[in-house]
Amino acid sequence: MAQTIQMLTANRLKTGDVLYRHVSGWVLMLADGEVYLDAAAADAALAAAQAETVQNDFVAPYLFEVRESAGRIVPVKEREIIRAAGPTVHPHTGKQAGQYNA
Amino acid sequence: MLNPRQVEPNMYRYDEFDSKFVHERVTQFAGQVERRLTGELTEDQFKPLRLMNGLYLQLHAYMLRVAVPYGTLSSKQLRRLAHIARTYDKNFGHFTTRQNIQYNWIKLVDVPAILRELAEVEMHAIQTSGNCIRNVTADQFAGAAADEIEDPRPLAEIIRQWSSLHPEFLFLPRKFKIAVGGSPNDRAALLYHDMAVEIVRNKEGRTGYKVLVGGGMGRTPYIAQVIGEFVEKDDILAFMEAVMRVYNEQGRRDNIYKARIKILTNALGIEEMRRQVNIEFAEIKKVGTLQLPQAELDRITAYFAVPAFETGLSDAMPDAGPDFANWVRTNITAHKAPGYAIATITLKTPGQVPGDATSEQMDIIADLMDEFSVGEVRVTHEQNLVLPHVRNKDLPAIFAKLKELDFASPNAGLITDIIACPGLDYCDLANARSIPIAQKIALKFEDLDRQHKIGELKIKISGCINACGHHHAGHIGILGVDKKGVEFYQLLLGGSGAEDASIGDIMGPGFTEHEIAGAVERVVEVYLAQRNDGERFLDTYRRIGMEKFKAAAYETVAA
Repeated sequence: MAQTIQMLTANRLKTGDVLYRHVSGWVLMLADGEVYLDAAAADAALAAAQAETVQNDFVAPYLFEVRESAGRIVPVKEREIIRAAGPTVHPHTGKQAGQYNA
Repeated sequence: MLNPRQVEPNMYRYDEFDSKFVHERVTQFAGQVERRLTGELTEDQFKPLRLMNGLYLQLHAYMLRVAVPYGTLSSKQLRRLAHIARTYDKNFGHFTTRQNIQYNWIKLVDVPAILRELAEVEMHAIQTSGNCIRNVTADQFAGAAADEIEDPRPLAEIIRQWSSLHPEFLFLPRKFKIAVGGSPNDRAALLYHDMAVEIVRNKEGRTGYKVLVGGGMGRTPYIAQVIGEFVEKDDILAFMEAVMRVYNEQGRRDNIYKARIKILTNALGIEEMRRQVNIEFAEIKKVGTLQLPQAELDRITAYFAVPAFETGLSDAMPDAGPDFANWVRTNITAHKAPGYAIATITLKTPGQVPGDATSEQMDIIADLMDEFSVGEVRVTHEQNLVLPHVRNKDLPAIFAKLKELDFASPNAGLITDIIACPGLDYCDLANARSIPIAQKIALKFEDLDRQHKIGELKIKISGCINACGHHHAGHIGILGVDKKGVEFYQLLLGGSGAEDASIGDIMGPGFTEHEIAGAVERVVEVYLAQRNDGERFLDTYRRIGMEKFKAAAYETVAA
């Protein structure tokens, strides 16, 4: 059975921007986020993030599944694909258009 | 910025109390935002506070839902909504199936400023979320329709005042939606509301209110049932309060899926529900404080006075070419005043996002409102806009301007006039996208002759079981579901949100994103082959049932 690989995401409190966990904090682009190859590493990252929510920089951290496709990391579920890029019906908005709410 | 041509329509104006409480709420929420940002409030403490002010955290950003009471907007308000879209969002807003407007790209730090801007034009976002009585909706043709018994807006406004910050009903078992209609033709989906009030005339010719309860969509759809056949006007608030008390006391707070009044109504049975409501009603009447004096009804009604219509106008429709004639055929409704019309602006040109309008489009529609429709527009639950009072002779000029905006599609009530919730493109609750499916179907049926040949056919699409896209009430309903992270779409046939309300029947297993538009097309072809003279799609379905439609829908998929 293929191993589940995951990433950690949240939203920035002030702006709502989608964030991805990086070793040194949070980043805006999925491609820049850290990928957890085993469940223990993912759970540890989530626990650390949950503890950091008291700093009031971000809200609602959670893990989601990703996979490798053509050499890139992409989310497994449509929901996370859309969160990472922006609405499919307005390609001029969201990260797909280089826009952040920050 | 003041527009020199701005017209003040006949609609409710905030009194000192309204203005004070809306401004106080802005100040209160600004303080709550500040305390959240400093950490004095945790997210768990803050979330119910932001929801009570219409602020959600969605997929990409915060979403602010602004109330448009009973769908009525002045040009000044629409210009302010355009300004907010331009200044704080990405230059567009989304009109919803609850006659509200939503902004999808809001920053938490901007919300106090936005609410202040709204308060300046007598608007707010209070009670557009949370387990409370939500924004009251009404027939979009109120005060204009030729078939109207009475204008429903005065009662809708009275209900708005009664239900706003009502201390007893701010923490109900679940959300509560009320709609008001004033015509035997139901354009407000009354029978799908938690509580609905229909203005009726009794045998003596007196007007009063028929009250219905227990309608709803979502996971467990129900059609509302009559609980008060003829409630006297001065009793209406006491009667509605009695319904709310029975629900508030017995609604299932232990199970979110069984918490709506529709579940309670059907668990008790309508007779028992009526008995309990009547006991409460009698108790409230004894106290007498909720009686609605005629003078107060008259005072509120005066705000909605009939505009000074020109007299002596011709009822004839101008001749302005075939495109205009097509638009008149579908988008113009009979007005009560001779020589006037009601014009529906469908925000549904095939390929567009249903219900979206840019700041520029909103500003130009505001200009049309001032120039041609006494400064007023209505938002419809079908995600369109309506100019309620237009002289027939002005229609060609309006049509020409709408063409420039790409809002002149002659498709009101036709197969491309599709309702779609925001779906997985924006919504945190959604399982599947709705808008791209609406776009694909609309483009497939773009040919106008084909649309007119099909006639009235209402497609309604929801991206999850919560049914914001009213899929249960669609002649053809589509429900998006998630199967292991992949979007699938169930078809439902035979629903209606009108006075002949019915709940659509689920056809069977879902279709893929790429299959669903083709399946809809094959269903429509069955209708065209099977229909009798004068039958709408809905009539044919009700006559022949699911089988032929189902066989055709799955034909190519199975091949």
